[in-house]
Amino acid sequence: MTGRDSGRKAPALERLLLAPYTAWASLFILVPLAFIAYYAFTDNNFNFTLDNVLKFFTATSQVTNEAGQTQEVFTYLLIFWRSLKLAIISTIICLLIGYPMAYIMARASSRVQKTMVTLIMIPMWMNFLIRTYAWMTILQDTGIFNGLLDMIGLGPVHIIGTEAAVVIGMVYDYLPHMVIPIYSVMAKMDNRLLEAAQDLGCNNAQVLRRVVWPLSLPGVFSGINMVLIPSISTFYISQKLGNGKFFLIGDAIEGQYIANNLHFAAAIAFIMMIILLVGMAFMRKLAGRHVQGGV
Amino acid sequence: MAERLIQLQNIHKQYGDKTVLENLNLYVKDKEFVTLLGPSGCGKTTTLRIIGGFESPDSGTVLFEGNDITDVPPHQRQVNTVFQRYALFPHLNVYDNIAFGLRIAKMPEEEIRERVTEMLQMINLTGYEKSPITKLSGGEQQRVAIARALVNHPRVLLLDEPLSALDLKLRKEMQRELKAIQQRVGITFVFVTHDQEEALTMSDTVVVLNKGRIQQIGSPTDIYNEPKNAFVADFIGESNILDGIMLEDKKVRFSGHTFDCVDGGFGRKEPVDVVVRPEDVDIVPREKGMLKGTITSVTFMGVHYEIIVDINGFKWMIQTTDFAPEGAEIGLYIEPDAIHIMKKSEYSGLYGDYSLDIDPEALDFDEEEDQDGAESEQAE
Repeated sequence: MTGRDSGRKAPALERLLLAPYTAWASLFILVPLAFIAYYAFTDNNFNFTLDNVLKFFTATSQVTNEAGQTQEVFTYLLIFWRSLKLAIISTIICLLIGYPMAYIMARASSRVQKTMVTLIMIPMWMNFLIRTYAWMTILQDTGIFNGLLDMIGLGPVHIIGTEAAVVIGMVYDYLPHMVIPIYSVMAKMDNRLLEAAQDLGCNNAQVLRRVVWPLSLPGVFSGINMVLIPSISTFYISQKLGNGKFFLIGDAIEGQYIANNLHFAAAIAFIMMIILLVGMAFMRKLAGRHVQGGV
Repeated sequence: MAERLIQLQNIHKQYGDKTVLENLNLYVKDKEFVTLLGPSGCGKTTTLRIIGGFESPDSGTVLFEGNDITDVPPHQRQVNTVFQRYALFPHLNVYDNIAFGLRIAKMPEEEIRERVTEMLQMINLTGYEKSPITKLSGGEQQRVAIARALVNHPRVLLLDEPLSALDLKLRKEMQRELKAIQQRVGITFVFVTHDQEEALTMSDTVVVLNKGRIQQIGSPTDIYNEPKNAFVADFIGESNILDGIMLEDKKVRFSGHTFDCVDGGFGRKEPVDVVVRPEDVDIVPREKGMLKGTITSVTFMGVHYEIIVDINGFKWMIQTTDFAPEGAEIGLYIEPDAIHIMKKSEYSGLYGDYSLDIDPEALDFDEEEDQDGAESEQAE
């Protein structure tokens, strides 16, 4: 209720308090975005051109498929498709692992909850490169993973340098991004709603399907966003765990940047950003339809 | 014994080292409106949750029509609950909320439509089928919650402080409506509240609980007119409670005067608690009074005045429609049938003196029992 009085004279003060954030946001978000757009639509002499954008859609190259035949493919569309595919697979796996995990966490005692949240966060405090290198050693043909498989008699499996290795790396990195939003929605869920469902005849599975799942959808959608988007644009994981064989869109941007093709790098980034924004808007609409009224 | 629909036998429940229910024995008759009444932390919500199956007692048994259902999960009991603050499903509209239980029971949609429509008529919300729950007012949500439970035709409806979130006027209206609904559908209602007025107006039977123990079971008039101990006398309505000595049957001495009364069956010279309701005391001229005192405060309450009178250091509360000014020297006159005698109990001396107008129970911020209740109250 105190907010009512202070609310009236707030605007001036509010603007003053917001100023640093506004400055920060413009300097480090809006200005760089403007630069990306500017670079994307100019050539090396900064004259307007659509070439960079068109190149993304039209550039072709020769690849050799498994049968040894050479094929002409759209280079960047293929890379984009591969990024999207791996990102979707990773997101689905994150959801399959993360949802039950979040549910178990939210049902646990508050002490267990705190411990589990901390355990999930700890890997995120470690540098991304170190984590990726760790997975390289683990997944090597002679690594810990194969050692374990050997011990239980499943023999060594060649995994490093395959798409599976890339997916494992991405799932490991982005799983917390799936668990945390779902967990926070579930933790806030009114326990009485679950009891009401039981009261009305639901067994545990029905409570989960009819009440918990629909009410947790906002968390699920934000988890999907938070895993899908960074994993589409991921790079490095693919280079290290995929032995460089699975060139992803993030790698393409990095490559162009290193090769000093700033304008084309900007064009790829720009196109990807547009695609992601459209995707996110679509997701939000989908989420909005499912969670009318919210929790 | 068919009349005893629900029976709780020797129920004991403990959270950590706090005893919430102690050797509770209670039965609920078919088609009865029973209210569990008591201050927060008294065990009333836990009792209700044990009947609903959401808690299991540490020891003791729950019988339903004579069958042991202590370990039967909630979804297999013929009982439905109206939860505190309703617990309606926010992702479903009014129709789907009410239809929820029937869909789980796999009833054909046609029949569901019939039953839900009938319910909507009963709660006066016809035309609200498609409304999202969040758009409804508190009173409307309340009615949807009742419909959602009753549509399943339960044998017993459990209601956990269902009216506590409503404002006074709406609450009174819902009290009448609930009572009418109970009589129309003809099933057993077990109602939990801390509001004594609510309990008196709606119930057939009131169960007064405190600190996990039943203090008294009886009809509203019994509970009000014949309270068993100082706790009940104080919790239900206002009471002046005095130390007295039973001289013989129908003769009691308190405040330095011997009174005729209508109670008997106590030992000779047995110390007792004497209850005199504030509305049963008449103010008379000083010389005609059985007791004499000075008015220390007068509060206008609308229908009546609430007058505090100091009699030899004990402050009486008197409710009267006749005005008397502060500082006046007056006499009190009490009819024999206005005097109610109770045996001494652990609550003797704790209540019924208006010197400090503070209820000792109100100072007891112990809400551990209503775990959920306490949480939700904090959340608000």
